[in-house]
Amino acid sequence: MENLAITQEVKPPNTSKSPLKWLQDNLFNTWYNTILTCLALVFLFLVFRGVLTWVFTQANWKVVPANLQILMIGPYSIEQVWRIWIVLDTLLVLLGLSAAVWKGLVLRISTVIASIGLIFLLIPLDLVKKIETDPATLEFNLNIVYLIFFKRRWLLGGLVLFGITFFLGRDRNSLRRWVIGGWILSFPWTMIVLHGFGENTISTTNWGGLLLTLILAAVGIAACFPLGVLLALGRRSQLPAIKWVSTIYIETIRGVPLITILFMGSIILPIFIPGDFQLDKVIRAMIALTLFSAAYMAENVRGGLQAIPQGQVEAAQAVGLTYPKTMLFIVLPQALRAVIPAIVGQFISLFKDTSLVSIVGLLDLLGIAKSILGNPKWQGLYVEVYIFIALIYFIFTFAMSFVSRKIEADLGVGKH
Amino acid sequence: MTENENTTNDPIIICEDVHKWFDDFHVLKGITTTFKKGERAVICGPSGSGKSTFIRTINRLEEHQRGTIIVDGIELSNDLRNINLIRQEVGMVFQQFNLFPHLTNIKNITLGPIQVRKMPKKAAEEAALALLVRMGIEDQAYKYPAEISGGQQQRVAIARALAMEPKIMLFDEPTSALDPEMISEVLDVMRELAHSGMTMLVVTHEMGFAREVADRVMFFDEGVVIEEAAPADFFDNPQHERTKLFISQTLQH
Repeated sequence: MENLAITQEVKPPNTSKSPLKWLQDNLFNTWYNTILTCLALVFLFLVFRGVLTWVFTQANWKVVPANLQILMIGPYSIEQVWRIWIVLDTLLVLLGLSAAVWKGLVLRISTVIASIGLIFLLIPLDLVKKIETDPATLEFNLNIVYLIFFKRRWLLGGLVLFGITFFLGRDRNSLRRWVIGGWILSFPWTMIVLHGFGENTISTTNWGGLLLTLILAAVGIAACFPLGVLLALGRRSQLPAIKWVSTIYIETIRGVPLITILFMGSIILPIFIPGDFQLDKVIRAMIALTLFSAAYMAENVRGGLQAIPQGQVEAAQAVGLTYPKTMLFIVLPQALRAVIPAIVGQFISLFKDTSLVSIVGLLDLLGIAKSILGNPKWQGLYVEVYIFIALIYFIFTFAMSFVSRKIEADLGVGKH
Repeated sequence: MTENENTTNDPIIICEDVHKWFDDFHVLKGITTTFKKGERAVICGPSGSGKSTFIRTINRLEEHQRGTIIVDGIELSNDLRNINLIRQEVGMVFQQFNLFPHLTNIKNITLGPIQVRKMPKKAAEEAALALLVRMGIEDQAYKYPAEISGGQQQRVAIARALAMEPKIMLFDEPTSALDPEMISEVLDVMRELAHSGMTMLVVTHEMGFAREVADRVMFFDEGVVIEEAAPADFFDNPQHERTKLFISQTLQH
């Protein structure tokens, strides 16, 4: 009985506060804090009033729906747009299958990507366009809703396919190797379908807008990661030749601005390549972005490699693992986990850096925005157009950093 | 101390005039010795005496710069194939456990057999579970190393080494990083292993373990073996002044 007081569980004291109490304690606790709070409120009010008035009364948003198609796909022929949808739907099917067979993290990433698709499905930009041309349609009309979804049937269909493949593929883990194969094949598949052949060829100079931005970013990300890992391992290699080649490569690339490398690829490289052989402009931009990003990726990965204690390598060697297997199973999984934020940061900046290709004449999202602003009809609408493409960049980069946080939380298991 | 009925006369490790330098520092100054199959040798000595470095040269975690080391008939050279062959036959347990933190305990154990011995996954898992039963921690199989105690981690590390079915086990101060109440659970496992006939080289400060289990105690100081003898002679009748001092200091507490 006398031990009761000791064995009783003691709850932590309740320290949560009501909102009112929080305000009182943090914003109005002294006379000078009260004055500062009031001043800040006045300042915020003035700023937001200006911004909101501009957004809702002064801005001319017509420019966005009127140019939506060109912003999304550039000068890509509208009759051939089904090819883009085929590619997108193929990727959504692969994504659905991946989410089904790997679950966990992959499922979350897929959900984020599918949500972006859903956002694009539901943004009523066409409706705005319709209202502009024919104000009578302002009345709610089921017919219009139907028309909009009919126009977006490919996206709708892709999202439905995503759901179906996810549902069908659940718990069929034997499909994994096929899905991996599918992802590897998806790159040539994308290029072939988009490019086409015969008389319906659409040359890469006609790829543009968000489509081109996404292709450049996806290829850059997928290619710079393995290259960066190899360079990082190379820089830490005990073989002097490999070590020096990697180091010189990394330091040279890091010492040069991306725009220089893009100019090298687009203007100087063709001069040195003999004969009629001409490497495609888009491919050259892809290579430049990949080579540039890989150098930074290598340094990020090297940071992770340095964090792995020597004892891990020794333990792996002691059970007889060879160098490649030691790296693959022991060192890299831990090293990469340690630098996920840096790696995703690198991916995000690569995504935004694709906008530099507009300087060497490619019509990516930024390039298209510039060309729209060059049209006398839309003259002077800089802010509207740039805010819109900034919003698109933001949706994608925010999704990437959201996924990064999820990955970190997920891989934290058993780490500490 | 009873005679070790497992010890044979077949040599399994032969060291001839082994030298090792760290830059200018001469760590090993000509070690010449032979370990027989089934022998249990305890290596002791003050820190910095080269005892850890010595057992690390036997599976080539440290490279020796002069002399020869022959393990199970294979001479250690820069030939990577030979090194990997020897590492498959020599298990090692580290002071800091060095478990792989991103793998569950059972995966820590099965990685070597699956990747190096090409054992089927299922057989490797069964063998790993059997080893964990032997270590008395079968209920920890699917946890991560960070979720179990130091003593349990070290037993997983021993199981990881044993899973490769090595002919020789090297222990590099296996209990030095453990809390006192966990030392005995690791020593118990090592004792059991010693009685099973495993060839063991143990660097340790646990003199009780040495006295009870070892066939031979080697005393290292400044890179040379100053004295080696059966434990009874070593502890009760040390010849060398340095050994006497060491024994009196370690037995004081």
